[in-house]
Amino acid sequence: MKKYLSFFRLSFTMGLQYRAAALAGIVTQFAWGFLEILVFQAFYEAEPEMFPMTMSATASYVWMQQAFLALFATWMMENDIFDTIASGNISYSLCRPIRIYHMWFSQSTATRVSRAVLRCFPILIVAAFLPKNYRMAKPASAGHFGLFVITLILGLLVTVAFSMLVYVLTFFTISPQGVRIVFTSMVEFFAGAIIPLPFFPANWQRVLELLPFASMQNVALRIYSGSMTVTEMQKAVALQIVWLVALTAFGNLLCRLAEKKVTIQGG
Amino acid sequence: MITMEHVCKSYKIAKRNAGFGEAFKALFHREYEVIHALSDVSFTIHDGEMVGYIGPNGAGKSSTIKILSGILTPDSGTVTVDGRIPYKDRMRHVKEIGVVFGQRSQLWWDVPVIDSFELLRDIYAIPKETYHNNLEELTELLNLKELLRSPVRQLSLGQRMRCEIAASLLHSPKILFLDEPTIGLDAVSKIAVREFIQKQNEVHKTTVILTTHDMQDIEALSKRIILIGKGRILLDGTLEDIKRGDAGIDETVAELYRAYDIE
Repeated sequence: MKKYLSFFRLSFTMGLQYRAAALAGIVTQFAWGFLEILVFQAFYEAEPEMFPMTMSATASYVWMQQAFLALFATWMMENDIFDTIASGNISYSLCRPIRIYHMWFSQSTATRVSRAVLRCFPILIVAAFLPKNYRMAKPASAGHFGLFVITLILGLLVTVAFSMLVYVLTFFTISPQGVRIVFTSMVEFFAGAIIPLPFFPANWQRVLELLPFASMQNVALRIYSGSMTVTEMQKAVALQIVWLVALTAFGNLLCRLAEKKVTIQGG
Repeated sequence: MITMEHVCKSYKIAKRNAGFGEAFKALFHREYEVIHALSDVSFTIHDGEMVGYIGPNGAGKSSTIKILSGILTPDSGTVTVDGRIPYKDRMRHVKEIGVVFGQRSQLWWDVPVIDSFELLRDIYAIPKETYHNNLEELTELLNLKELLRSPVRQLSLGQRMRCEIAASLLHSPKILFLDEPTIGLDAVSKIAVREFIQKQNEVHKTTVILTTHDMQDIEALSKRIILIGKGRILLDGTLEDIKRGDAGIDETVAELYRAYDIE
């Protein structure tokens, strides 16, 4: 266990050194957050009763999403990992007493956390002091906040477990492009990254909420904004755990298979 | 003790002729060629030996090292290293070996060398004292003192290779595989690396298997030579066995390659 923690620590400190990238990220996320809220605002003013979430909950959802983007954005992947596979540098990792799956899992979790830590605070602070309709509201209750933190972590782990499938599949395809594009576009759409899941048609929503994508950012963001009932929350957390277990088990299995069949590229 | 018996390994490689038409044809029908990287390779290496493993490019040297270090699974044959089967028992096996691939890097690019070393300490669960002693000894012998705090990307190739070798020995492995450790190094670094390997073998009785194209490496280091060509072992003996008269070592080996038709 300690070796994976060390991996986490090293990747985390490495992530913290990219200050310029973080600054650029913050600016982008602000611009994007404002745009999104303006669009929702326009729809809201047109027909408030058709709106599935309150405007204040929607604003909170958007700001939280922008603040913690790095935790859930599947298009941000570890290019290091793809490089080691394509170049054959993976051979060094294979001759260490370490499980490849666990190593990559801790590495990508660490990078996501370090990126989010660098970016979230300025966004959260500014978003809390914006004029009313655009503002990020306080959590519905202390209990909501506690559950928000737990589901945020679970959501992060589900996201990482899902991206792990892309890394492991790259063992077989060598180039990550194809798998990556399919996976990330699916996630972006079905996870509620573009529009929150409540805005989907009701019968779509019923299916989408069962898929692993809904166990990523959707749960935490909606719990924070208070747009879920108690039974909905219970069900959502249970589903997150189920998906986390299923995805890691499947990824692990696939990784072992890949290690057996691997051909090292290059001399 | 390392034994390889009748080991075979082949790769399937997609081939096509040049041109658009051929590329289009390959969409529907792909031709593969099977390359026999190793065919019927057998040898035994005893504890504390230092063996030079030579042969032209593509002869199967790296494949052998990869099989012995548990990365590749052979198609057939048996391999045991100190009683372990490397590719079946990877985790337990790799704890006892050290590997350096001269053409790759195991150090983390953006952080100081010492950070990589500490991560390796945790990965191999090296006891505190052992780590401390090994680090001290390696720093001294390889002259790393000034390098440990610099980021890897800012080291020269020679400096980096010294760090790479140190990294592979932190956990006091009994066997060291060196795949072209002197490739691209200048004269001074080459000699430093050779002297260090020599010492490591003498003092710690580390078994060393070394692949190289630099015949001076072989001359300086190994009493025993295994020559491989086109996936077969062609010769297993001492340097004196193959030397004729006072021809230089490079000429001797070139002569051998020609004699076996493996250029």
